[in-house]
Amino acid sequence: MKPFEPLDSVAVPIMRANVDTDQILPARYLQKPRSDDFGAYLFRDLRFRKDGSEVPDFVLNQEPYRHGRILVAERNFGCGSSREHAVWALYDYGFRAVIAPSFGDIFHSNALKNGLLPIVLPDATVAALLKTISARPGSRMKVDLATQTVVTPDGTTHSFTIDPFAKHCLIHGLDELDYTLTEMQRIIEFERRYAGEVATGPRSDR
Amino acid sequence: MSDTKAPQTLFEKIWSRHRIMERPDGQVLLYIDTHLVQDGSAPAFEMLRRRGIAPRAPHRTFATPDHYVPTDSRDLNTIADPEKRRMAQALMQDSARAGIRFFGLDDPRQGILHVVGPEQGLSWPGTTIVCGDSHTSTHGALGALAFGIGATEVSHVLATQTLWQRKPKTMRIVVDGRLGAGVSAKDIILSIIGKIGAAGAVGHVIEYAGSAVTGLTMEGRLTLCNMSIEAGARAGMIAPDDVTFEYLAGRPFAPAGRDWDEAVAYWRTLPTDPGARFDREVTLNADEIAPMVTWGTSPEDVVPITGRVPDPDTVTDAERRDAIARTLSYMGLKPGMPMTEVPIDHVFIGSCTNGRIEDLRSAAAVVKGRKVAAGVEAWVVPGSGLVKAQAEAEGLDRIFKDAGFQWRHAGCSMCLGTNGDIVAPGKRCASTTNRNFVGRQGPGSRTHLLSPMMAAAAAVTGRLTDVRRLMEGAA
Ligand code: SF4
Repeated sequence: MKPFEPLDSVAVPIMRANVDTDQILPARYLQKPRSDDFGAYLFRDLRFRKDGSEVPDFVLNQEPYRHGRILVAERNFGCGSSREHAVWALYDYGFRAVIAPSFGDIFHSNALKNGLLPIVLPDATVAALLKTISARPGSRMKVDLATQTVVTPDGTTHSFTIDPFAKHCLIHGLDELDYTLTEMQRIIEFERRYAGEVATGPRSDR
Repeated sequence: MSDTKAPQTLFEKIWSRHRIMERPDGQVLLYIDTHLVQDGSAPAFEMLRRRGIAPRAPHRTFATPDHYVPTDSRDLNTIADPEKRRMAQALMQDSARAGIRFFGLDDPRQGILHVVGPEQGLSWPGTTIVCGDSHTSTHGALGALAFGIGATEVSHVLATQTLWQRKPKTMRIVVDGRLGAGVSAKDIILSIIGKIGAAGAVGHVIEYAGSAVTGLTMEGRLTLCNMSIEAGARAGMIAPDDVTFEYLAGRPFAPAGRDWDEAVAYWRTLPTDPGARFDREVTLNADEIAPMVTWGTSPEDVVPITGRVPDPDTVTDAERRDAIARTLSYMGLKPGMPMTEVPIDHVFIGSCTNGRIEDLRSAAAVVKGRKVAAGVEAWVVPGSGLVKAQAEAEGLDRIFKDAGFQWRHAGCSMCLGTNGDIVAPGKRCASTTNRNFVGRQGPGSRTHLLSPMMAAAAAVTGRLTDVRRLMEGAA
């Protein structure tokens, strides 16, 4: 994972609630290798017609928005399946942060593990933000993870919360697994104790 | 272990037993008892290989292919797309290399993981179960803490048999009363989602309780917990009881002999203590639940079959009005039309929500002696090879085939269409699955979620139908 850097970018509005992972990354691309550019598949069926031509109405096909790195969405963004590909698609396209009043839990967790920052802001804040950035295409915003702040186009600063550890990993581009491996001894001790307990789950070696 | 006598929920008991350590930020490292892997797991195995790490607890890991398998044959070589074929083959190879128990296409135990787990006795009360698939919540029906994870987390579990989690909030949904004839667990969960919304339980683990829940069979409970994720929940669970133990006893991977007795004694301590606190409580009356059907592209877009398609003109909120209008245009529905006037092209009975034997029995009871309506393509895809065999032993396959249904091999099939079983653009499918998202069953497909009985009723009438009408007719 690459370190997360402060953002100053065009903000892209997605004016719908419950944007599910099937819309973000349709299932027919799930078998593609990670080496593919998943950005090409992002919002595939919203962005492109069957013949491959662009849907002009879709926000990412409109000029100031095309190069946005911050996505602003309505409630429950990324609901649905556990596919990490949805995060890969947003990341590969160039997005580094998604702002919404709420996220699908698994999407939220997948995002943090792949350098995409999910930011929860209150409903009213997001609603106002969506209004601004759709009324004035090309409006820019700032996101700074170190100070945990978002600066909206009108210059207002909003704070957001994030797990300190996830923040640390994002800023330094670290994997959680590396950290866990340093705690292996505690896992081994747990397993030793746990082996003597009852009903600890099925095993194929017994 | 807790050092106080404070009453605990089922969730808290499982959580504290599996807690290894806590990070300064409050995230807890949980031990994972059981890891299920399907044929979408190739990227996770690949991440592990790149780091040169071997799976830590292959004996706690179980695999079966479901998403990419053909349902018209049992031969992986018939998968035309080489990338998809590779996904299914990769699981076989990754499992063999790691020493993971694998139920392949030549094994009657193969099927959708969330059907196979309970069926093989892999889903134990009180355990932690994860899988790189959001419907892992299904296994909570047996009183497990079971939830879906992403590919990076799958590789973390493979490497360490643990997972970092922030303690979720708890929500209890109490459904009291009695379900009427023609009403099933599917209708309970659709009603719940209609009530609390698709984000209603985000950040929460749901415990389902109440007489209508304990009155369900294990298979009904599996359906209920399966769609917890469609309410936004991390997991759904039901306290283990005699129904659970009777279901589990004697299954291949369930404990046996003295281990069984010890296990049951422990499992009886798991149900939520009286007085334990939940962060949220929701109640429903089962007597008021009708057969439900979705009209839109989120599971929360749901009405009783006696209801109508919403009319955006009656909605005051401008955004909501636009959203409904957009949805109706995608779904090809007229505002205000009765749900029972919606014609259908496809029927799909199957998936981890409703692909179990009781689902097939309940659908067959409606289909028996009737014919699939002209112009409707109707499929039954059993949830596992064993469900298929059982159905055939009971003659259910004959009932379906005589009526004009296709009777297929086990897999996810038209729930998601990754194996190529899709609904054509613009076509409408009455489906026992769990997601009606835009394009879920194929680009441009239109999905109406409903129960197996309701799907059967739709198949024989050619439109969405109140199954209770057919049952009256049959009586
Ligand atoms: S049946 Fe559908 S929901 Fe269930 S695991 Fe398969 S694709 Fe996912």
